[in-house]
Amino acid sequence: MTQQQFYVSPEQLMKDRADFARKGIARGRSVVVISCEDGIALVAENPSPSLHKIGEIYDKIAFAAVGKYNEFESLRQAGVRYADVRGYSYDREDVTARGLASVYAQSLGAVFTAEQKPFEVELAVAEVGPSQELDHLYRLTFDGTIADEHGFIVMGGQAEKVSSAITDGWRASLGFPQAIRLAMRGLVTDTEADLKAKALPVKAVEVAVLDRMSESSRGSRRAFRRLNNADITALLAEED
Amino acid sequence: MQESTANQVAANATSSFTEHLQRDRPELLPNNRALPVGPGPATPLQVPHATTIVAMSYAGGVLMAGDRRATMGNVIASRHIEKVFPADQYSVLGIAGTAGIAIDLTRLFQVELEHYEKIEGTLLSLDGKANRLGAMIRGNLPMALQGLAVVPLFAGFDTTAGVGRLFSYDVTGGRYEEREHHTVGSGSVFARGALKKLWRPNLTEAEAVSVAVESLYDAADDDSATGGPDPVRQLWPVVYTVNRTGARRVPESELATVAGNIIEARSSARREA
Repeated sequence: MTQQQFYVSPEQLMKDRADFARKGIARGRSVVVISCEDGIALVAENPSPSLHKIGEIYDKIAFAAVGKYNEFESLRQAGVRYADVRGYSYDREDVTARGLASVYAQSLGAVFTAEQKPFEVELAVAEVGPSQELDHLYRLTFDGTIADEHGFIVMGGQAEKVSSAITDGWRASLGFPQAIRLAMRGLVTDTEADLKAKALPVKAVEVAVLDRMSESSRGSRRAFRRLNNADITALLAEED
Repeated sequence: MQESTANQVAANATSSFTEHLQRDRPELLPNNRALPVGPGPATPLQVPHATTIVAMSYAGGVLMAGDRRATMGNVIASRHIEKVFPADQYSVLGIAGTAGIAIDLTRLFQVELEHYEKIEGTLLSLDGKANRLGAMIRGNLPMALQGLAVVPLFAGFDTTAGVGRLFSYDVTGGRYEEREHHTVGSGSVFARGALKKLWRPNLTEAEAVSVAVESLYDAADDDSATGGPDPVRQLWPVVYTVNRTGARRVPESELATVAGNIIEARSSARREA
């Protein structure tokens, strides 16, 4: 017996896929990427110390993601490969967030239209520049949509609520400590809506930064630096 | 069906940049050049060669130094070439042999280590790095047989064991761990002689820098392919130290003082050789 074929309109098909992907992403916890004076801060709510949602791609480029781990991890690795091949075959300065983001957009778009199931992920690609105007923040969604954001990006489960908290506190002149504290306050609204005073435990967050002046401050062209629990505790102990 | 997919995914999961290039962009690999068929040219190819590298252990770390001369036959091809490079945060590598290929291999090795670190989220072990470099040198064996050999020296801080370690290689990729000190390149015999007299266990970092510069000085004295300190052009050897805090390039000003002291001691001794 052959299986009965039903007609599904392309509109309905795409809508179903988008709803499916959105639902998957909404289950996850949020990530905040903030451009500030010292560079770019990336903060994620993540209880695992080893399965990262934030990663280094290249000298000045970092990656943050929400959604399904295996899917965004494969995209992260693909990004590292793309960047390393490009930097090796041309030059390190020829690796840009714009190039990487457009590769991601194409991959996500292709998976969304051609594969069985779309990727349930949302990505941010951040590139730190020599000055804040030259920072680049790209947001990529499951269907391959790419957006060039200014100031900060919030992704994940309660993105709207978190986003409104960050919007209130964001200024271009923030330093890393203030930016990270702002992100943590925003993420609290995400999970502990009823207990506003309760801060996120240090163990439940993952924090990394892209240092704007890594060459002069650390003597390294690699701007990405992951903060350990002690660093985060020290940052949170400070006052705004 | 599912099992084969899993096998495929596992087979494709590589943390090695070289393997990735081999699969996707083999033309970018330095070893992947088509070799000429038939007997080679009557005279050896005239390409720049890089010469003396010295490395030694000292209290708390390892040091590596290289002179700045590249030669092409009897001509000095460059007075500015650098032959010692940081491989990653905790290791350095020095190269002797065919400069073009050696520099390419160095670049590939640097990306290889960084790539592994980014994909895996952790640094490769020092033994892992040393083996990886050996595999790359082995890959260059066909070129080495045609006279385009590269012989590296590798030094790093083993963060697990808490000691600095030193590795030498042959053209077949054989890896040999050295204790105390080692040298490679055409001036290595002279540098080695100097090291045997100047090196002792538990040198301080400053003493080690001075010993390295003096042994390069001796190599430059007797080997025409090794360049000595050049006060006219203000050119000093490239010296890196690696210890618990990572790799550090010794600044030019420090080297100028060290080289100045050695030149002064030699000229005031008024000895010919």
